[in-house]
Amino acid sequence: MSSSNSAVRAVRFPTFFSAFLAFSCALGTVAFLSAQVRAEDTHEVEISIKDHKFDPPSLKLPVGKPIKILVKNLDASAEEFESHDLGFEKVVPGNSSATVRVKPLKPGTYMFFGEFHQDTALGHVVVE
Amino acid sequence: MLAALVLVFREVLEAGLIIGVVLAASRGVPGRTMAVSLGVLAGIVGSIIVAKFAAQISGAFEDRGQEIFVAAILLFAVVMLAWHVAWMAHHAREMTQQLRQLGSDVTAGRQSLFALGAAVAVAVMREGSEVVLFMTGIVMQGKDTTVELLIGSGIGLLAGAAVSMVLYFGLAAIPLKKMFSVTGVLVTLLAAGLAAAAVKQLSNAGILNIFDTTVWDTSSILSESSWPGRVLNILVGYMDRPTGMQLIAYAVTAITIFTLSYIWRSPPKPSAQRA
Repeated sequence: MSSSNSAVRAVRFPTFFSAFLAFSCALGTVAFLSAQVRAEDTHEVEISIKDHKFDPPSLKLPVGKPIKILVKNLDASAEEFESHDLGFEKVVPGNSSATVRVKPLKPGTYMFFGEFHQDTALGHVVVE
Repeated sequence: MLAALVLVFREVLEAGLIIGVVLAASRGVPGRTMAVSLGVLAGIVGSIIVAKFAAQISGAFEDRGQEIFVAAILLFAVVMLAWHVAWMAHHAREMTQQLRQLGSDVTAGRQSLFALGAAVAVAVMREGSEVVLFMTGIVMQGKDTTVELLIGSGIGLLAGAAVSMVLYFGLAAIPLKKMFSVTGVLVTLLAAGLAAAAVKQLSNAGILNIFDTTVWDTSSILSESSWPGRVLNILVGYMDRPTGMQLIAYAVTAITIFTLSYIWRSPPKPSAQRA
């Protein structure tokens, strides 16, 4: 009695899993397409990491524009480019570059740092 | 040395807290120690592989690879945890009464163990790959402080594991009868927090832009980068600057898991069922 009952109630794991996969694929496609349609008015800026320091250590960014930061890690070792204020963390492997996207910002100063070398890898963004 | 200690401690703690909660939530499930150990092992192997291919992952999908990868890992963990909570809700009574049933429940148990191990594996892989990259960097730089940094990392690893174990034993001290409801809620909130974190990754990748503005900012009261903020972030998904979509993801995940556990909750005893 109890076991037949549980067989009816318990939905099988593969069913559960594939339903979720289908759902997330659909959601992903919709989101991706909506992102593509969006008009791009992005401000692009570059920053590099050398000897575990940022160059330049200070970035000036415009108010209210989406921002794309290209981080070039010129060191052989990896760094994690991170900012609580700007809301991102991104691993940048040694001798490679990565792109960080930041939402439109309000005027102010925002700190960022390299998580793997917090004693030297420090910088900030000034939005005005 | 202190910097290395703190960094490794933080990463280990992030994975360790998840493991602690998952372990506490699966008390009484036969074979769970094996499943969790295998999960940790797979996670460590995965970390090394992910660290090795970090540049390739990061560069995929027009430099969006890292965010998509992390989001996929997080969403996978959410599904595994959801499944586990639902399964535990379904079997709570048998587990509490220490009953072992044969038949369909054995396969169900195996599925739950797989979910458990997989959730642990991806949690370890996510944090572990950062530790691997960090420590590889230390060794590569080959400074005279290398040994010191490695010792610091080692202490950080042990300390992270120790704090996670304290959490586990704290949870394990809850009487078994209340245990499943408490840990069920904990795992549900944990999963909801991971779903919100996945949304943030997708938003950072510029893939998910709907309801993308910050709803509130409590970073001055309790910052996500402070220790209490960080621990609450992992355990219950505390966010100091959530976006609308993150809140939606959190709520939808939590409600879905609660609903699933309610629908699949332990069937009443056969005698009561006839009435």
